[in-house]
Amino acid sequence: MARAVSTRSKVLNTVLAGTLGFLMFFPILWIAILAFKTEGDAIKAPLEILFDTGWTTESFGAVQARSDYFKHFSNSVIISLGSTFLGLLIAIPAAWAMAFVPAKHTKNVLMWMLSTKMLPPVGVLVPIYLLFRDFGLLDSRIGLVFVLMMINLPIIIWMLYTYFKEIPAEILEAARMDGASLRDEVLYVLTPMAIPGMASTILLNIILAWNEAFWTLNLTAANAAPLTAFIASYSSPEGLFYAKLSAASVMAIAPILIMGWFSQKQLVRGLTFGAVK
Amino acid sequence: MATKASRSSARLMISPAVVLLLGWMIVPLSMTVYFSFLRYNLLQPGTNPFIGWENYYWFVTDPSFRAAMINTLVLVGGVLAITTIGGILFALLLDRPMFGQGLIRIMVIAPFFVMPTVSGLVWKNMFMNPVNGIFGHLAQTLGMQPLDFFGQIPLASIIFIVSWQWLPFATLILLTALQSLDQEQLEAAEMDGANWLSRFWFIMLPHLARAITVVILIQTIFLLSIFAEILVTTNGGPGTATTNLTYLIYVSSLLQYDVGMGSAGGVIAIILANIVAVFLMRMIGKNLDA
Repeated sequence: MARAVSTRSKVLNTVLAGTLGFLMFFPILWIAILAFKTEGDAIKAPLEILFDTGWTTESFGAVQARSDYFKHFSNSVIISLGSTFLGLLIAIPAAWAMAFVPAKHTKNVLMWMLSTKMLPPVGVLVPIYLLFRDFGLLDSRIGLVFVLMMINLPIIIWMLYTYFKEIPAEILEAARMDGASLRDEVLYVLTPMAIPGMASTILLNIILAWNEAFWTLNLTAANAAPLTAFIASYSSPEGLFYAKLSAASVMAIAPILIMGWFSQKQLVRGLTFGAVK
Repeated sequence: MATKASRSSARLMISPAVVLLLGWMIVPLSMTVYFSFLRYNLLQPGTNPFIGWENYYWFVTDPSFRAAMINTLVLVGGVLAITTIGGILFALLLDRPMFGQGLIRIMVIAPFFVMPTVSGLVWKNMFMNPVNGIFGHLAQTLGMQPLDFFGQIPLASIIFIVSWQWLPFATLILLTALQSLDQEQLEAAEMDGANWLSRFWFIMLPHLARAITVVILIQTIFLLSIFAEILVTTNGGPGTATTNLTYLIYVSSLLQYDVGMGSAGGVIAIILANIVAVFLMRMIGKNLDA
């Protein structure tokens, strides 16, 4: 039975939560405003900026001119999509096998895979850096795709495993009884049922790869730098160009913000490894 | 029933993932351990003699190691305290009936999707800059002296920025856990005359205990590796005021090119993270049985 809630307490909750929500969101809102101001206007007092200044899109052009923004943007796209899909390619068979043909050690294998995620990146910074140097992978997108694929692989396998686990094995058996081959089974029975889970796995991993800021900062220079590293180049003295920094930041976070809003629920599942549902 | 054939094909399907992860773990890890016992600096080419525990000795006795350990503990502890307590309060609030709940929740969660370099630079420049930042303007309007955040309270400023990023994570997970709470239990307690505080203390908090533990453990794993926020705001300074263990290892290996020293630090970081990981894995494992 749902309890009757007085409108007054509902309004009170709304005001309180709305204020907190606004405060949390404000920095993002603020750079979205500054991005459309001139450099001179962007450092004025906040109220002046809001009410006494005009709007312009010149900063967006300036960011592109300063250092090829779209190169870094496409680096981010290539690296996050590439690492996610490469990871899927390896994770789907593994997760499928563990979910539908569980063996005695399946649980241990799964736990061990997860434990590789607990390795602090800085613990292997030196060897990875030296290996990359020796193989000519420093500042290359291929190298980053590989590293990000490896660090997110345990999460991809884990998420797919939990989603596959929810598909009742009886359905697969019924298909087999009806004479479906393994190929048919995977293509016509498993895939349609697994698509929602796969979609959220893909979404979460693109987000994680897009925002990854340890390896992307340490293994790239000018060429393969994705947006995380590009934005880092705005630390002093260019950081004082508020409008340009805002424009660059807004473009860097907008796609992920939108994807993130769609994947709130899956986020919990993916990031807690199923420990909270 | 799984047949013998499907078992072996299953093994075949798992093997690429296992081989890759095994290689990813063992190769760099054994290299780190190996390098940590060598005198190995990229600026001094030549032989890299075995020197036993010397790197560990110098790394641990360096005054910046002590500072880095304390900073790491303060940073992780501070962010955990703020995000866990704040997350519980936010989750309790967001769980209550209100108008526009979806929109409000989206606004609260948004900071989690902002990349670390952006949040570091935006807070540093647009908010905490004493001349042009919003906090500076606010202080002037109120007739106070603007605070030089990264000069006067550098570590607290970084704790603040990182908390802003992780509060949404804690809120989201605790809210998810709260929504799975049996409402009838709460109503029964209310009819028995339990006030809000005792309902929170005796029903909600025990129900949340597991989620809180998960939040603390997972965040600790990530917070031990905080790097980008420090790199773009303070570079570990002033002095070593904001140097955490991760940043210290980065400085010795990639700025001072001391492979041996950086590796010794890396081994220490791995041991630290493993202490937390053991507890986390145990919790996840328990859930797997259920």
